[in-house]
Amino acid sequence: MSTLESKETDLLSPRTPDPRRSARNRGLWLSRIILIVAAILYVTPIYWMVTTAVKGPTELAVYPPTLLPQQWHWENFSKAINFIPFGRYLVNTLVITLFSMVGAVISNLIVAYGFSRIQWRGRDLIFGLVVATIFVPFPVTVIPLFVTFAKLGWINTFLPLIVPTFFGNPFYIFLLRQFLMQIPFEISESAKVDGASEWQILWYLILPLARPAIAVVAIFAAIAAWNDFFGPLIYLQDESKYTLSIGLQMFRSTHQVEWSLLMAASTLVVLPVIIIFLLFQRSFIEGITLGSIK
Amino acid sequence: MSRRERYNLMIGLLFISPWIIGFLAFLVYPIVSSAYLSFTRFSGFGVAQWIGWGNYTRMAQDALFWKSLYNTAYYTLLAVPIGVVVATVLAVAMNQRLREIPIYRAALYLPSVLPIYALSFIFIWLLNPRYGLLNLVLRWFGVPPIDWLGNPEWAKFSIVLLAQLGAGQYALIFLASIRGIPQTLYDSAEIDGATQWHKFRFITLPLITPVILYDVIIGLGLGLQVFAPSYIITSGGPVNSTLFYVYYLYNNAFRYSQVGYASALSWVLFILSVVLAYGIFRWSRRWVNYEVGS
Repeated sequence: MSTLESKETDLLSPRTPDPRRSARNRGLWLSRIILIVAAILYVTPIYWMVTTAVKGPTELAVYPPTLLPQQWHWENFSKAINFIPFGRYLVNTLVITLFSMVGAVISNLIVAYGFSRIQWRGRDLIFGLVVATIFVPFPVTVIPLFVTFAKLGWINTFLPLIVPTFFGNPFYIFLLRQFLMQIPFEISESAKVDGASEWQILWYLILPLARPAIAVVAIFAAIAAWNDFFGPLIYLQDESKYTLSIGLQMFRSTHQVEWSLLMAASTLVVLPVIIIFLLFQRSFIEGITLGSIK
Repeated sequence: MSRRERYNLMIGLLFISPWIIGFLAFLVYPIVSSAYLSFTRFSGFGVAQWIGWGNYTRMAQDALFWKSLYNTAYYTLLAVPIGVVVATVLAVAMNQRLREIPIYRAALYLPSVLPIYALSFIFIWLLNPRYGLLNLVLRWFGVPPIDWLGNPEWAKFSIVLLAQLGAGQYALIFLASIRGIPQTLYDSAEIDGATQWHKFRFITLPLITPVILYDVIIGLGLGLQVFAPSYIITSGGPVNSTLFYVYYLYNNAFRYSQVGYASALSWVLFILSVVLAYGIFRWSRRWVNYEVGS
């Protein structure tokens, strides 16, 4: 960790002013200012969402807008929930999210195991193919998939959104493989000597050790499903099947957009993501760094 | 192949079989199928009628196709380089020894995990010429109100701005890469009298080029596929200034029942993506440094 670097040299450095040290101090303050400004900018949308959510209709029409709500209209949240079938959409979204998460964990763990803990001819070549599929833009597959799902009678069901998650995802395979490669292979070898099958090794030895990486995949897959917009947009046409991502559009279908209510509903949708993020920040950061660095 | 090898091959393929099935069903088949459909006139139902290169010649004369391609290129060429610069600056700033770094890290990463549709809703209200926060802040500095989303010139740029909320995620990836650089490199540079800028320019920057390449490649893919923000915020307007490629493709496939034409559009995007990714990989050999670091 380079954050701890040169602590020693700092302690041992002579009392005479060191030009490099003052430069470092300046760098410190410059960085601090940049980060404070950036952090404010990055949190502003959330701030504006929450404050708009609690403003009353008269305050919303005030020019210039108020930075802090003068009156807090908490009832906007209950109004928003009643404005659209929020509960229905929440249940739909949760069902899709839960199954997608389960599908992603099961399939990617098994596939990543095959790509990391078993030696077989052509393995790394095929893994190259897995990585290459990341570069295929989704629009090139979406039309035939839609046609196929339509033939199967899956339009207006959650199946097109759930079933594909049970067949592996290149990002998660890559991420889990990175992790599984780091587990010492002696564990598997000695288990094999004792007569354990690959399934048993995966289930009893690797699974408990891979929990942190599995958590990362579970969280990422859940957030991706919760946040998904395009899939529900094309596959769910019946209003009773809508997810929150599509359902929230309803606030804008009327002539006058109910901004307070839309922002209140958005707050309710975003809140679980923020809570999960704050609770599992470490997993998030592990996930993006494990998934990206070579 | 020995018996042992054959056994391992079988077991290996068995473990990755979910991926193989998904690869064939959700990738290979749709790609081949959309290639076929791109040579047909097809409404989505009934029989596809073979028309040869008709869709492709039509594309060459379709002003909206060129417009959407231009818009997408404009967006990608602005969003990706700006994103790399923002991520680099934030990462270097976060590499300083500041006690409050975890706060900045959380604030900068948070928007990356939020649903794009919710951020898009917020953005409409944030950028509202009269009631939005952005124009309010600009007013403090004497800037006259800007019609961010109503003016064709500004609308595209507004969506580029929205994309920058995702830069925090890349900043963390860059930061992990910076922390992987051996401290000895900086120490010896310091002995030679290197300034902060020199150290950044000749040590940090060259050694994080692999993650910059990662950002560029992923950013390029996402840029070419941008859809939700313009669908939600501007509906492609004003005057088609935010009609991006995938949006136009979506309209053809799911609104105008021009499924054959949309398939041709998707194949052009596919080829374009592959060619650009390949070009960037070739070009990257000149500037990406794989020797030291992560």
